[in-house]
Amino acid sequence: MTSESAKKSPMTILKNIHAEYLEPILQHHRHSVNNLLQILREAQEHYGYIHADAIDHLSVALSVPRAKIEGVAGFYSFIYLQPRGEYRVLFSDNITDRMLGNQGLLTSLCSQLWVEPGKISEDGLVSIATTSCTGLCDQGPAMLVNNIAVNRLTQERINAIAELIRERVPLAAWPADFFAIEDNIRRKDILLSTELTPGAALSAALQRSIEATLHEIKTSKLRGRGGAGFSTGMKWELCRNAPGDHYVVCNADEGEPGTFKDRVLLNSYADKVFEGMTVCARVIGARKGFLYLRGEYRYLFDHLQAVLSRRRQQNLLGQGILGCADFDFDIDIHLGAGAYVCGEESALIESLEGKRGTPRNRPPFPVTNGYLDQPTVVNNVETFAAASLIALNGGDWYAAIGTSVSSGTKLLSVSGDCAHPGIYEYPFGTSVAQVLADCGASDTQAVQISGASGVCVAAQEFGRCIGFEDLPTAGAFMVFDHSRDMFEVARNFVHFFAHESCGFCTPCRVGTSLLSNMMDKFSHGHGSPYDFAEIENLNGLLQSMSHCGLGHSACNPVLDTIAKFRPAYDQRMVHQGYVPAFDLDRALSQARQMTGRDDTGAHLERDHESK
Amino acid sequence: MSQNNNQPASFELDGKTIPFQAGQTIIQAAMAAGVYIPHLCFNPEFKPHGSCKLCTVKANGRQTASCTQQAQAGMVVESDTKELNDERRALLQMLFVEGNHFCPSCEKSGNCQLQATAYEMDMMSPHFDHFFPDRPVDASHAEYLLDFNRCILCSLCVRASRDVDGKNVFALSGRGIKTHLIVNARSGHLADTDFSGADKAAQVCPVGVILKKRVGFAVPIGERSFDQQPISATPHPMKQEG
Ligand SMILES: Cc1cc2nc3c(=O)[nH]c(=O)nc-3n(C[C@H](O)[C@H](O)[C@H](O)COP(=O)(O)O)c2cc1C
Ligand code: SF4
Ligand code: SF4
Ligand code: FES
Repeated sequence: MTSESAKKSPMTILKNIHAEYLEPILQHHRHSVNNLLQILREAQEHYGYIHADAIDHLSVALSVPRAKIEGVAGFYSFIYLQPRGEYRVLFSDNITDRMLGNQGLLTSLCSQLWVEPGKISEDGLVSIATTSCTGLCDQGPAMLVNNIAVNRLTQERINAIAELIRERVPLAAWPADFFAIEDNIRRKDILLSTELTPGAALSAALQRSIEATLHEIKTSKLRGRGGAGFSTGMKWELCRNAPGDHYVVCNADEGEPGTFKDRVLLNSYADKVFEGMTVCARVIGARKGFLYLRGEYRYLFDHLQAVLSRRRQQNLLGQGILGCADFDFDIDIHLGAGAYVCGEESALIESLEGKRGTPRNRPPFPVTNGYLDQPTVVNNVETFAAASLIALNGGDWYAAIGTSVSSGTKLLSVSGDCAHPGIYEYPFGTSVAQVLADCGASDTQAVQISGASGVCVAAQEFGRCIGFEDLPTAGAFMVFDHSRDMFEVARNFVHFFAHESCGFCTPCRVGTSLLSNMMDKFSHGHGSPYDFAEIENLNGLLQSMSHCGLGHSACNPVLDTIAKFRPAYDQRMVHQGYVPAFDLDRALSQARQMTGRDDTGAHLERDHESK
Repeated sequence: MSQNNNQPASFELDGKTIPFQAGQTIIQAAMAAGVYIPHLCFNPEFKPHGSCKLCTVKANGRQTASCTQQAQAGMVVESDTKELNDERRALLQMLFVEGNHFCPSCEKSGNCQLQATAYEMDMMSPHFDHFFPDRPVDASHAEYLLDFNRCILCSLCVRASRDVDGKNVFALSGRGIKTHLIVNARSGHLADTDFSGADKAAQVCPVGVILKKRVGFAVPIGERSFDQQPISATPHPMKQEG
């Protein structure tokens, strides 16, 4: 031992361990605090979690207070400040995963690996918990292991996974078919069937003037595919006219439960998406773009980077694109880390800036004050893909498809009770009944359109049509047959909102938790008509007082199911008068667990059966 | 815009004409005119945050936070209505059940904006079920106590420490109902930060989280700020505290 190293305290040695992997990450991100979330994510990929020493190192290297780093880390579900095990297993817990039996599989894996749900095993080997919808509803139940998606879980696959984890087999050596995510494209229309030679749409755009390209987008009447349906041409024009450094952002957060069409576009149609972004850059005068990819789609990251570097080689990105001396543009990919609210465009921008994903006060809107307070276009993946086709074939061609209010086509992510779940592309104006027939659904009780924040349509409404004039949708189409309990569907969604509320504003932070407690109260058999009135009041409050769309729509699933599937609630209303939520017998469950008793003597007398 | 130069721009608030300067938000203009709009996370000395939503008004028929909504000439604003006050009361009730607020034993009683606003809004009960969160107290600092049980996550201390003291002693972490205040120390203790009683951040908490030790209950009941006049008659409650 040299006298040099002998002087080192255990503390400095430990710090050096972290410096070793942090320094290259910091260099790669140019020591920019705007990349804090990306730095944390990569640091965690190296070390499994963010060690307190790593925070100290980052705090010095980035000159930011450690409380800020902890504040950012603490916001995202997939960033850990404590060890979470060598294998971090998260079961996707959307209602569709539940319908496919994820809960039994979770229990089985937990018991095989001797670990309680939500906890880490005593030997630090594994933790098992749940996470919000991972966008694999067409091939669930699904899970993430160390942030990489595994699909089609069966008891057999779970047994194999338990064995692989026990044997400490590295993820890279697990059977490849565990990670074989399928596209499941069932119906193609213009977007999925048009062949686009990389660069063709861009060349078409460059042959026109910038104004003419913008004109084509406006003529197409393309509206945003992320849910809100704002006119894309108008958005680009507002941004173009705003002074500053312009940015293009592609929203691939796709967190709405039951939505997975962006996953497929990015997997198999990435050129269309990037080409649409590049056309947008040309129109608004942007030199820089971002793809904000949800953390659940980490497995697409390398593939997308490869597409980007190929496009750079093809001179479709970088300097002087396609020989245009005044056209420089490139795209970076930022990964999210488990926060649905980051799909909201201003929260997304905060997250891109390396901050907590809290929605901003609007106005001003991103078109004038977006990334780094500069004019920014944020569009959905599908919107950009459609824009590439419009640049190629013109606005009139596009506007002729669909309906007069909703031009073009829409990708639907169909899942739930049907024979052929997957991606269906339809012209707008297609009826729910048509989709149900095509996907092989029978005995259908309800369809949840546009995810948890969307609408639940019952059988008598199946004649309604997909489109901004009737049923606007971000793409989710979850089918429920008559064997399903619509109360449980709503309860699952309400828990989702409570888990995903960013916590910024009072009505949503507290209201979504109150609502999920109320649904649990029903579930435990303590609901009464009084609680209906409470839910209505809460809904009014969330709708009028919330800061962003998450709070505004958090009551939708409950209100819809109360209105359309009242018997599912009545069944649980043993009481007509008010019943308190507190249940003495349930409160004793901890004592029962500690004493290992569950006999009748360990229960209070009950006037109802609690589940 | 062609504005009559002699006449300042104005909007209408509950039937009163409120003049404003360009860039002022509704609540800023209202306060300057001596009109009270309930608020908690807003403090005239800091950049508006817009999180508590107590200050929500109806501006031209649309509900919006008056602390962040810029005033516009001719705007018609409703604030003191039964509908809005009912909703504000519900928000206050939410804040009460979310934390642990035992007013009778709290040093801030009588000087607390949450309590005073609840009186103002005729809140008679917490209405919702209590969450009873587990929020340990930080008594590490020699001069100051942090009782997180009462934190309403208004971020005023965060803003004061960052923007005025240049220190970043406080930050918010967690998400959703698990959002919580943290301090800038590896130990998580206030004693290990560069916090000082002279900081602006030591003065801004609208509730009873950041408390100077050994001075509690010095002012007898009946003489505390909001015993003397309701919060609505105290336009800048911050400045009242010693
Ligand atoms: C809570 C919340 C989550 C959202 N999630 C997404 C999302 O995952 N993907 C998306 O494209 N838009 C999402 N949006 C809508 C975006 O805010 C924004 O409107 C959209 O990205 C704009 O793109 P578009 O005009 O192409 O639809 C979300 C909105 C809210 C309020
Ligand atoms: S509505 Fe919910 S998600 Fe949106 S800002 Fe408020 S707390 Fe955050
Ligand atoms: S400690 Fe006080 S000032 Fe700071 S966030 Fe909590 S309530 Fe607001
Ligand atoms: S005072 Fe306006 S939102 Fe809190």
